[in-house]
Amino acid sequence: MAFLEIEHLRKSFGTLNVVEDFDLAVARGEFISFLGPSGCGKTTTLRMVAGFETPSAGAIRIDGKDVTEAKPNQRNVGMVFQSYALFPNMTIADNVGFGLRVAGRPAAEIKSRVEEMLALIKLPQLGGRYPYQLSGGQQQRVALARALAVKPKLLLLDEPLSALDAKIRVSLRQEIRQIQRELGITAIYVTHDQEEALSISDRIVVMSQGRMEQVGTPFEIYNYPRTRFVASFVGTLNVLKAQVVDVSGKLTVDGQPVATAAHLDGTRPGEIRSVALRPEAVSLADADGESNRLHGTVEEVSFLGSVVRIRVRFGENAVSLDTFNKPSVPPPDRGTKVTVSFARDALLLLDGDAT
Amino acid sequence: MKRAKIGPWIALFLGTLYFIVPLIATFEFSLRMRRGEYSFDAYAVVLADARFQATFGYSTALAFATIVVGVLLVVPTAYWVNLRLPKLRPVIEFITLLPLVIPAIVLVFGYLRIYNSESWLPMTSSERLTDLLLTFGYVTLALPYMYRAVDNGLRAIDVRTLTEAAQSLGAGWPTILFRVILPNVRVAVLSGAFLTFAIVIGEFTLAALLDRPAFGPYLQLIGANRAYEPSALAIIAFGVTWACMGLINVVGRASHGQTPKAP
Repeated sequence: MAFLEIEHLRKSFGTLNVVEDFDLAVARGEFISFLGPSGCGKTTTLRMVAGFETPSAGAIRIDGKDVTEAKPNQRNVGMVFQSYALFPNMTIADNVGFGLRVAGRPAAEIKSRVEEMLALIKLPQLGGRYPYQLSGGQQQRVALARALAVKPKLLLLDEPLSALDAKIRVSLRQEIRQIQRELGITAIYVTHDQEEALSISDRIVVMSQGRMEQVGTPFEIYNYPRTRFVASFVGTLNVLKAQVVDVSGKLTVDGQPVATAAHLDGTRPGEIRSVALRPEAVSLADADGESNRLHGTVEEVSFLGSVVRIRVRFGENAVSLDTFNKPSVPPPDRGTKVTVSFARDALLLLDGDAT
Repeated sequence: MKRAKIGPWIALFLGTLYFIVPLIATFEFSLRMRRGEYSFDAYAVVLADARFQATFGYSTALAFATIVVGVLLVVPTAYWVNLRLPKLRPVIEFITLLPLVIPAIVLVFGYLRIYNSESWLPMTSSERLTDLLLTFGYVTLALPYMYRAVDNGLRAIDVRTLTEAAQSLGAGWPTILFRVILPNVRVAVLSGAFLTFAIVIGEFTLAALLDRPAFGPYLQLIGANRAYEPSALAIIAFGVTWACMGLINVVGRASHGQTPKAP
């Protein structure tokens, strides 16, 4: 049985459906990310799990116990907020020990637990300071320690790194993941940053307009996006309009034949469909006979340092491709006629029609 | 460049004169009770007057009662409006501003009409009940200041997130209100409290028309019948008010270390 079960969860504000039919089973110790743009319903879903929003329909069970109607302070769920939400009137040690004091734990136990938590976040010497005396990264680590001090069943993190600068974001996300693994706690992490979600999650739930678009491991989400939205939101992606020639996998892109490795189930010959192609899967180099080839003209060349991004146009469609910078091989000029190649399995058919 | 700076200084100088000269004149006059030399005789007379002690004590007691009722009324209201009913804020703000628009004399006639000894709630029938009515009247008069002070304090902190953080750590409403929210708006509550104190100490209309022995009517009585003592009383009243303002500043500075840093 899953540790956290979310069944047919729905949330409406008036006539507006913010979350629709959200279904998810999370295993004990799993790290799940809710990924999506602003307004996709990811934070609302998290807030329903925390108890700050009441679902319009559906059920939430934590460790087999139905908490759908339970108050936030009865769920034993730790929460880390984007704005840290440390209590400004309390010292760091008092902040970390707040939940334990509320629970009426003995003073000696609170003291030792606070010390343990401060050691866990590598800030053992800062217990006597006030939140305003700490940097943003330090405050967020304290917020994490405060949430973990009460030994919650579930750790919820609502865009915890959004207010921090890029370098700290990377180091702190690794730290969060390491602590989560160390404690074996089940965690849900809300973010709009796909790199963040891909790098730390066991599984990702991609959301759009209140719906779950796809649930899968970072590898699955990135390499096998099921919808056009997932494909475009996760990573950079070329989306091409292709005409189906044969459901066995034959298509044309601007009149040039290409083939997919898989069958084009659910399509009809003559139909225009969207296909996706990752920039790193496309190459300017010559390829073996099995690969797809498209002839086009270099439209744009962007020199990005170690990588050169080249845009090649075929007609209505164009693809961006990434090549490593080689000092001995200068990038092609704009207007140069080139042939691009890519493997058959790199071409992915997306759900829905191309319009 | 230098010439451009002279203008503001002149304005500041004239402004200071406008406030300071009458004050100095009043102070100087209050020292003239003894013929031919300056003395604090007027102050000694005032401070030794049993009615001064009684009325000042009465007004101080009522000021504290007003502060307690005001804080209990305003803090939970402003907190709830900030947390759950932000759309009601303009309505609440309008209501709290009404005492500035409706003169105290209108208010007290309204009170007398509704709560007179013939009414269904005869709050003027005994002295204690009238004191209670007066306290509620003071709470109304101080409402614009108390509400604004507390509301500003609440807006300076992230009420919703702090509440949710405390809730997720197992805290119930009393813990959240008294251990998380109130300590973080302490300075704002104290500002409101001191302003309330200053208003109540000098208030005349409500106390006079409800016939209670407050400091305001005493000031008026002395002013109408004596020469030097009213000036001494005016200076004492200034002193009390300024002391309140000074305390707001001191408390504000003392808790500077607790100001949250914006994320």
